Amino acid sequence: MKYALLLYGDEKTWTSATEEQLEEASAAHGRFTEMLTARGAYLGGEELDCSSTAVTLRKGAVGTLRTDGPYAETVEHLGGFYLVEARDLDEAIEFATACPEEIVEIRPVVEYQG
Amino acid sequence: MNVDVTAVEQAYREHWARLLALLTAELRDLDLAEEALQDAFAAAVAAWPPEPGNPPAWLLTTARRRALDRLRRGALAVRKLPLLIVDDPDPPPAIPDERLRLIFTCCHPALSLDARVALTLRCVGGLTTREIARMFLVPEATMAARITRAKKKIAQAGIPYRVPAGPELAERRSGVLATVYLIFTEGYAATGGGRLIRADLASEAIALGRMLRELLPADPEVDGLLALMLCHHARRDARLGPSGELVRLPDQDRSRWHREEILEALSLLAAAPCRGGRTPGRTGPEGASGGERFPGPYLLQAAIAAEHATAVRAEDTGWPAIARLYGELEQITGSTVVRLNRAVAVAEASGPEAGLELLEGLDRELGHHHLLHATRAEFLRRLGREREALDAYGRALEVVGTDPERAFLLSRRADLSPPGHRVT
Repeated sequence: MKYALLLYGDEKTWTSATEEQLEEASAAHGRFTEMLTARGAYLGGEELDCSSTAVTLRKGAVGTLRTDGPYAETVEHLGGFYLVEARDLDEAIEFATACPEEIVEIRPVVEYQG
Repeated sequence: MNVDVTAVEQAYREHWARLLALLTAELRDLDLAEEALQDAFAAAVAAWPPEPGNPPAWLLTTARRRALDRLRRGALAVRKLPLLIVDDPDPPPAIPDERLRLIFTCCHPALSLDARVALTLRCVGGLTTREIARMFLVPEATMAARITRAKKKIAQAGIPYRVPAGPELAERRSGVLATVYLIFTEGYAATGGGRLIRADLASEAIALGRMLRELLPADPEVDGLLALMLCHHARRDARLGPSGELVRLPDQDRSRWHREEILEALSLLAAAPCRGGRTPGRTGPEGASGGERFPGPYLLQAAIAAEHATAVRAEDTGWPAIARLYGELEQITGSTVVRLNRAVAVAEASGPEAGLELLEGLDRELGHHHLLHATRAEFLRRLGREREALDAYGRALEVVGTDPERAFLLSRRADLSPPGHRVT
């Protein structure tokens, strides 16, 4: 099954991180990606720029409303994602546990057959 | 009711979980398996007598056929749910016991606690949705929706139909035990409504405990859970007075305790490894079950319950031993509720002053729980600090949930208030 691992976090910890911390985090993600690849589970993944760079469109009857910023104003923002292939939810949970981020939401990807 | 319906009912009681577990493995679809098996039991009501020579085999064959019918009928429709992830979908020759897989799937940590409880009662306990709804005092439609949602999540999120292995097993097994104990405690101390004990729910939990023991025979915590439930349940008749009011442990008529259930619990505890008597912890070697600290929380709680259950009179209770067991339990669990219970035991063993000290710092986490305030009120009352005791009873009454417990608190407070000065 395909799963998306959605990584959430407080962006302040990113913007206030030292160069050294950023390198460390980057290396941790590198190791995580290597592990996924070695197990044939890595399908893709990206880091997203911070939520202040987001634009959100809401399409309604009166037209399209464009706002600066992310869809939801929360402390924790979506900061990146991985797409993985896992045998089942237990394996996806194992991957999410190994992922070097504080909050990881596991979402099965809907796969249409035929 | 005629004899033949009883034969079907008996078959249902005995074989439901085993057949559902097997069909789920074969069909890789919990929903379809459940519907097909239900069809098979309905067919049995019509077709028996004569009762077939091998009722479970008859039911299994019928259910398989019904499942095929259902699949054929829906063949043109797009499959709504993905197939369950099953390691070995090939049906073996005999009727193998797949119930553990069913239990671990129903108690998967990705499901909410409510969903785990409902699914376990439905799939493993074989209760109808209506029965479960009645036990939890919710409309049948609500319970049906809860169970349907849970089954959908199992299929859609890819929750595997498998007994976990390796280090994961211990953790997941704890989740299964917690689900069964939650069913039991909901029956034993109902959290809302007019009735204080729902014996049917507690009995179901005990039946599940027995099933777990059959399926996980070498696990001392499984023994501990069953012994714990038996010790508590043995007191059910003495726990309520003639008009449904709560009778406290020291005031209970001990002749109304179910001796045979207590004896069964004691024999379970005596058989648990690395202990001589019924109080674990003195000489217990480490790591009896997979590197886990031993004795585990259920064995400790069972040992505490057994101390109470074996005291001939309330004043014979072994409070120092109980206080020590609660100390061990608090170390393992770090639970504030355990700390509260320990305070009660320590107050009995060493006086209310010592108990009161242990209650300090619990308000932040347990302030919403009437038992903290009620316990403090009792300690203060014994220390002769009546004004403070009255305040504490007042706080307990603000947060108490069930009517019998409220009535009990009111009577304790009224005892304390001088006539004419009653606080309402």
